Amino acid sequence: MEKGHIVSAFDQELGGLTNVIMEMGGIAEAQLADAIQAVATRDIDLAEKVVAQDKRVDQLEAEVDAAAIQMLALRQPMAGDLRQVVTALKVSHMVERIADYAKNIARRATVLSQLPPIQPRQSIPRMGRLAQQQLKDVLDAYVKRDADRAIAVWQSDRELDELYEALFREVLTYMMEDPRNITAGTHVLFMAKNIERIGDHATNVAEMVYFLVHGEPLQQSRPKGDRTSLTVVEPQGGSATASEPE
Amino acid sequence: MSVVAEHFEARGPATEPSPKMETRALDVFYGAKQALYSIDLSIRENEVTALIGPSGCGKSTYLRCLNRMNDTIPECRVSGEVSLDGANIYDINVDVVEVRARVGMVFQKPNPFPKSIYDNIAYGPRIHGVGWTREQLDEIVQRSLVRAGLWEEVRDRLDEPGTGLSGGQQQRLCIARAIAVNPEVILMDEPCSALDPIATARIEELIDELKVNYTIVIVTHSMQQAARVSQRAAFFHLGVLVECDDTPTMFTNPSDKRTQDYVTGRFG
Repeated sequence: MEKGHIVSAFDQELGGLTNVIMEMGGIAEAQLADAIQAVATRDIDLAEKVVAQDKRVDQLEAEVDAAAIQMLALRQPMAGDLRQVVTALKVSHMVERIADYAKNIARRATVLSQLPPIQPRQSIPRMGRLAQQQLKDVLDAYVKRDADRAIAVWQSDRELDELYEALFREVLTYMMEDPRNITAGTHVLFMAKNIERIGDHATNVAEMVYFLVHGEPLQQSRPKGDRTSLTVVEPQGGSATASEPE
Repeated sequence: MSVVAEHFEARGPATEPSPKMETRALDVFYGAKQALYSIDLSIRENEVTALIGPSGCGKSTYLRCLNRMNDTIPECRVSGEVSLDGANIYDINVDVVEVRARVGMVFQKPNPFPKSIYDNIAYGPRIHGVGWTREQLDEIVQRSLVRAGLWEEVRDRLDEPGTGLSGGQQQRLCIARAIAVNPEVILMDEPCSALDPIATARIEELIDELKVNYTIVIVTHSMQQAARVSQRAAFFHLGVLVECDDTPTMFTNPSDKRTQDYVTGRFG
């Protein structure tokens, strides 16, 4: 590990920043886990707990903002220290968005649990677990300043995108088969989109980790697997098949 | 509360403890020219208060009032009140030498006496009667040098001249010398101006440690230093105290436009 600053209070303040983000990250991970669980087990109490807990993450983000601005004013950080403060500002915002999405999933879990269960709902926990792993890995990478681990997360987002696309088609098919499925299907679509966005934000955090460690932005373009914006599912006579523009 | 919030928690208990030092309606004249205009300022105990402002604003003049160093300037006239623990140090009955033991000073250019390192430190205690015997003085010298962060570097050469040390070491020697007579307040007039960045950082870390046991007032023309080192900052301009507030506030959201212009480098 590197040498500490001659003025030790500076080290404490930087450490404090990382600690708050760790706390935020821990809560966000738990929020996502609970939200997915609430979907899987149709647990309204758990869903409501997630919604209530989101305030805490917002508070912590405000603390990071205040602390980072103060550090910029009072410590005039340079080089790696400056990147630490700036990335802390950005990462805390991303973690706050992730926690927000988890809250949205929990809200819809409450609605879904009041509707008859539909088959595609089962894919949500699977997507959710993948996103959870991404989140955990990228937060670890941030705390440990591990750029390689961050890149691995960055690349793994493709898998989540592909799951999302598969679920998208599945739900469209379901809704076409029986209009009574449309309400539940739409909620599932939104949930899946929320999880996919969580994965996207995790890759943004990964890019921040890379920048923090190497001092340069990550230049490559990320392998993407989400083509849902181009997806069309045509109703056919018997079963529905998917077709896409070339 | 989170680690960060605790660290940045604003000072200001419901009832403010009484200040260590306070000036009320302080005016200072050099001959006919007025240098300070009715300064009301409180210095809180065990905190670092920084005095900032452009050249000639009166901050060093103000600092010198706090231990009556302005008495040594013939044409300088001081009126108003300067109190230490509630008692006016300009009172007729006050022993100015005792004031200067309680309120010590460190200057811009390190000025060790032309004596050994040991005698630099021991001189003050001998004069003030704080220590007589060899054992007492040994203990005072060691304690002062330890507190000033210089002991390890000089413990084996206490007989060597103080002037043989590097700039940063000389300044720490001067701080040790000030500490040796058990002051309650330490005044520092641009203590790092003559030092390189590493030596400066070491003094700043030292100031952070010293504030636990002493009250510190520091004049600095580097507002970055004021931002790093102090808990309270007082901005002087043309002999007037423009604004005094918690350091984070002064540097992120000052109330007075003049303060904002100064800290953002728009004038000064």
